[in-house]
Amino acid sequence: MSTLIMTDPATGAAITLEEATRFIWAEADLLDRLDYKPWLPLWTANGRYTIPVEHDADDFDNQLNIAHDDAVMREARVKRLLSGFSMSAAPPARTVRTISRFVVTEQEADAIKLRAAMVLVEYKYERTRVLAGDVTYRLLREGGDIKLDRKVVRLANCDDFLHGIGYLL
Amino acid sequence: MSSMDFGALVKDDRVHTALYKDPAIFDEEMERIFKNTWVWVGHDSEVPSANTFKKSFVGNQPVIVTRDKGGVIRTLLNRCRHRAASVCEKKKGKQSVFVCPYHGWSYDIDGGLRKVPYADGYPEGLDREEFGLIRLRTETYQGMIFATFKEDIEPLVEFLGPARKWMDLFMKQGAGFGVKVLGEHRFRFPGNWKIQLENTTDAYHFPIVHKTFLDSLDAETENIFDVIGSGGWVEDLGHGHSVMVMIPDLIDLEDNLDAAIPDRFAELAEELRAEGHDEAAVRRIVRAVGGTGFNLNLFPNVACSMAFFRVLRPVGVTETEIQHVAIGMGDANNTPSPAGNRARLRLHEHFQGPMGFGTPDDAEGWERVQRGARAGDDLWIMLNRGSEAPAGRPQPGHNAGDASSEVGMRAAYQQWKRMMTA
Repeated sequence: MSTLIMTDPATGAAITLEEATRFIWAEADLLDRLDYKPWLPLWTANGRYTIPVEHDADDFDNQLNIAHDDAVMREARVKRLLSGFSMSAAPPARTVRTISRFVVTEQEADAIKLRAAMVLVEYKYERTRVLAGDVTYRLLREGGDIKLDRKVVRLANCDDFLHGIGYLL
Repeated sequence: MSSMDFGALVKDDRVHTALYKDPAIFDEEMERIFKNTWVWVGHDSEVPSANTFKKSFVGNQPVIVTRDKGGVIRTLLNRCRHRAASVCEKKKGKQSVFVCPYHGWSYDIDGGLRKVPYADGYPEGLDREEFGLIRLRTETYQGMIFATFKEDIEPLVEFLGPARKWMDLFMKQGAGFGVKVLGEHRFRFPGNWKIQLENTTDAYHFPIVHKTFLDSLDAETENIFDVIGSGGWVEDLGHGHSVMVMIPDLIDLEDNLDAAIPDRFAELAEELRAEGHDEAAVRRIVRAVGGTGFNLNLFPNVACSMAFFRVLRPVGVTETEIQHVAIGMGDANNTPSPAGNRARLRLHEHFQGPMGFGTPDDAEGWERVQRGARAGDDLWIMLNRGSEAPAGRPQPGHNAGDASSEVGMRAAYQQWKRMMTA
């Protein structure tokens, strides 16, 4: 169960759904354009970027994930993808993703949690592949900026076979 | 195609490209190889107690691996004996009965036919002995479960032969607590299964393909992974099996336990002490956390690869599925070191899986092999690296040669030739 909580614009502190979707679409746009360097400072210092293997996983630290990145791993991942020496990322696949069906699941004074649907189409060489997933976000207001604190991408087929993914979800 | 033709496609130092792309060869491989040898189907920690099961494959045939109330592990074809529907579509779990969803025939965990609805429709009666799930011969060594369609095959321990010593060494990464499966990555690549089989005994590609993985390591670890020309070797262990030693210092994880704990593991060591482990256990866990310094390649479908099991499954002549099975310390009822296993999980995620820092580049490389193999009508795949020992060194093999030798691939293809021409 979740409730769509409308924020009173007069308080100003809470993150509105409109602000959240604007942020999430901007992030998706960065990722599709492979503009990974500005993606790193979107995160809080303790932010975690997680892509679990099991669809119902929640104890990510003690389970195997496809990715479970802290700040150090995110930075290393971006460096790797942009290095030009990773053959799965150079040349890169082209991706087009859309994120929608937003549901606000929790709202705090300075934070918002949402879940959303992501559909991503990947093209490389002679093939086109589709990845779909449920994405949950926790966004925080830090100073004047909205930051990404948690992002969990639950692919529809996460516990089945995938293919090499040479880009960020 | 006759047996003679298969033999001509494998020479001592090269194999014909047809082995990667001829559908007729693939069909024959499924019969002559995957139905005539021991094939890995699981680890006993995946069926830890009575009435537990996991789905698996022998070649391209779906099976269920089960443990019955008496502890016996069995491999059963996942096919109802009535009209063929699969009786299990859960990856793993615990239940004592499999019920076919189509007409309700039910089977015990050991495969025996249990009940048939409206049985009076068979006036002559049904022979329960005849219509149980088909059982494959199943044997285990060091917790690794293998099954075979070939009833009269040699015992598993003989098939493994000298590879057993390396399996014993590999399991020492349980640090005395045993080894259990923690999870698995699964991915496919559009290429032939033997491209992957070769890769687990291919140190030559490592510094090239995995440059970005190496660049992501601390300097000390990067140095350890500098495996070419560092005293490693590849050894033919018979039956198509081989071992590639990359880091000789990490062959026996029970050696050198008195050495100082490296700085990069200081934080982990503190966590382990906080878990209540004594200093000896802390040293054992830290030394074992990254796995062993070798890949043991077992023909045809599994490898004990440093810190995980690599499992391959041929899907089609140009489609292969890989599992990277993460392993840690303990057993089904006991996790002696959550911190140690967390460290192992993070190391696994770092390299393996669809978004690891290593696997996607491997998968892309294998796909490129398959794409390139379309070119040329009569070209060969070269496996001649390290045929001769470097001057003044003994012949490649135990403690000689180099980790980048292709002797392990030659061993696998000689087994392929023996089985395809038998």
